[in-house]
Amino acid sequence: MPSGVLVFGEATEDGQLAPVTGELLGAAKSLGGPVTCVLLGAGVEGLAQRCASLGADKVIVVDDPLLKEYQGDAYVLIGERICKEADPSVVLFGQTMTGRDLAPRLAARLDTAVAMDCVELSLDGDKLQATRPCYGGSARARYSINRTPQIATLRAKVYDPPAPDESRQAEVVKQSADVGEDAIRARVVSRRKEEVEGVRLEDAPVVVSGGRGLGGPEGFKPLEELAEVLGGAVGATRAVCDMGWYPVAAQVGLTGKVVTPDLYIAVGISGASQHMAGISQVKNIVAINKDAEANIFQAARFGIVGDWKEVVPAFMEKVRELKTG
Amino acid sequence: MPHIVCCVKQVPDPEAPASQFKVDEAAKKVLPIPGIQPVPSQFDTIAVEAALRIKDKVADTTITILTLGPDAYRDTVKHCLAMGADEGVHINDPALNEADHWATAEILAAAIKKLEPADLILCGRQAVDWDMGVVGSTLAEIMGLPIVTIAKDVQMEGGKVTVERVLLDGFETVEAPAPCVVTVSNELGDPRYPQLRQIMQAARKEVKGLTASDLGIDGAKNRVTLEALFVPETAVETEYIEADSLKEAGEKLAVRLREAKLI
Repeated sequence: MPSGVLVFGEATEDGQLAPVTGELLGAAKSLGGPVTCVLLGAGVEGLAQRCASLGADKVIVVDDPLLKEYQGDAYVLIGERICKEADPSVVLFGQTMTGRDLAPRLAARLDTAVAMDCVELSLDGDKLQATRPCYGGSARARYSINRTPQIATLRAKVYDPPAPDESRQAEVVKQSADVGEDAIRARVVSRRKEEVEGVRLEDAPVVVSGGRGLGGPEGFKPLEELAEVLGGAVGATRAVCDMGWYPVAAQVGLTGKVVTPDLYIAVGISGASQHMAGISQVKNIVAINKDAEANIFQAARFGIVGDWKEVVPAFMEKVRELKTG
Repeated sequence: MPHIVCCVKQVPDPEAPASQFKVDEAAKKVLPIPGIQPVPSQFDTIAVEAALRIKDKVADTTITILTLGPDAYRDTVKHCLAMGADEGVHINDPALNEADHWATAEILAAAIKKLEPADLILCGRQAVDWDMGVVGSTLAEIMGLPIVTIAKDVQMEGGKVTVERVLLDGFETVEAPAPCVVTVSNELGDPRYPQLRQIMQAARKEVKGLTASDLGIDGAKNRVTLEALFVPETAVETEYIEADSLKEAGEKLAVRLREAKLI
């Protein structure tokens, strides 16, 4: 009988447990039953205790230089082996670059199926009920999966991580990667980072985002200045990234980043569902847009209908004054 | 002669006004918007664009458009043919209309095996209706092929496929042996728009039909059940900041945000 929840954890580039892993452990806890956390990577063994403190009963660690960066072909083989041994009822991934790539492949290998990018998970008896946005966030669909393990990926920042309890212990099992070179068919030959200066978008308490309504790439200059005054980061819509007005790394939305700042200032953004999917958890949205009918106002707590070029400089001056005053 | 298969689907127009989006909760279906035609899924036409860019370099490349859906999907195949693809194949059978992502991948795989051997199979990174993003990967696993997801550039040369992949904070280059599956993202660039002459040529082109029995399949073997479909409540009370001028409105906004302890 398959039982329990198996969570695929992730490490950040600087070797910490990725926040989404805590959220996955929170979701796993809410489903009940024993929780196993899998850590694949290089130098991840030290994170096992952190997983235990966040609710994992068992941690399976595969610590191998081969796994330093995500390689789908290696990860799917190891994931398949671990899942077959552990026989979980539910397998959870974050909706991260790894989760997007790995979860559907693993589902096929395990002869089951997956629900991607879920925002709510519950159990109806043994049946996972996976609710996920679709139609770019305009609708929600609730799925069940007719096979085990029932696999789902979880959108970031929907579930809270459990409060850490450092006294909690977990059984830690170390496994070797045991993946032959010849198993890697699609091979990563190089990587290059696109650096964004200042506060990381995902961690920023304030995000100032620009859309097509800015009129051109030069419109981002005042937004960068405003973000700096507010101690925040700059975001952008897919449309403007596609037009090359701003780096893709700043893209907020379904195909970009999910952000949860305390304050989100949307400048010249119409609020296409693709963009809204990236800010669906934000409580305080400010919309500045010429078009009173723009969809963004539906989700905005504060709104100004008008040309951003007139609004933003005056707003920025007043913010400066209030901050120093 | 390199052969590329592009898997495409048709979706309700995502640019339609959000206020007109309606769901039949009992039927668990999105209602068509009167007067607004469905369109090819955007990421799928970008996949066709990726194929055409390869064909631009290697002229004897043939591109086959493959779709699974009801009669109306023919328009989407014709659109892709007008973009410059060579062949169109339409799997059209009422027994297959309710296929989930698993069944869709299984049916597409069965159809691809009936075609000339493919060197490269391209899919959009996700469909813009269900946003699941799994058919390409599932198809690759069913066919036992290598898969590279979320491409911004795809090159094919001498049995090797080189893909520039989009990461959250950069890019990576991945090499895979052909045949393989690649899913394509919007960072590749806009799909070309068919010229009138191409539209007329495509109108005359035959689209080959396939049914479940042609593929030796007896229905869609779904693995997920859609239990409910609904429009989420997003009732937010918007406080509109009004003033004599926009400059004043901007200042007032700063004061209101300070009062709300948000700055």
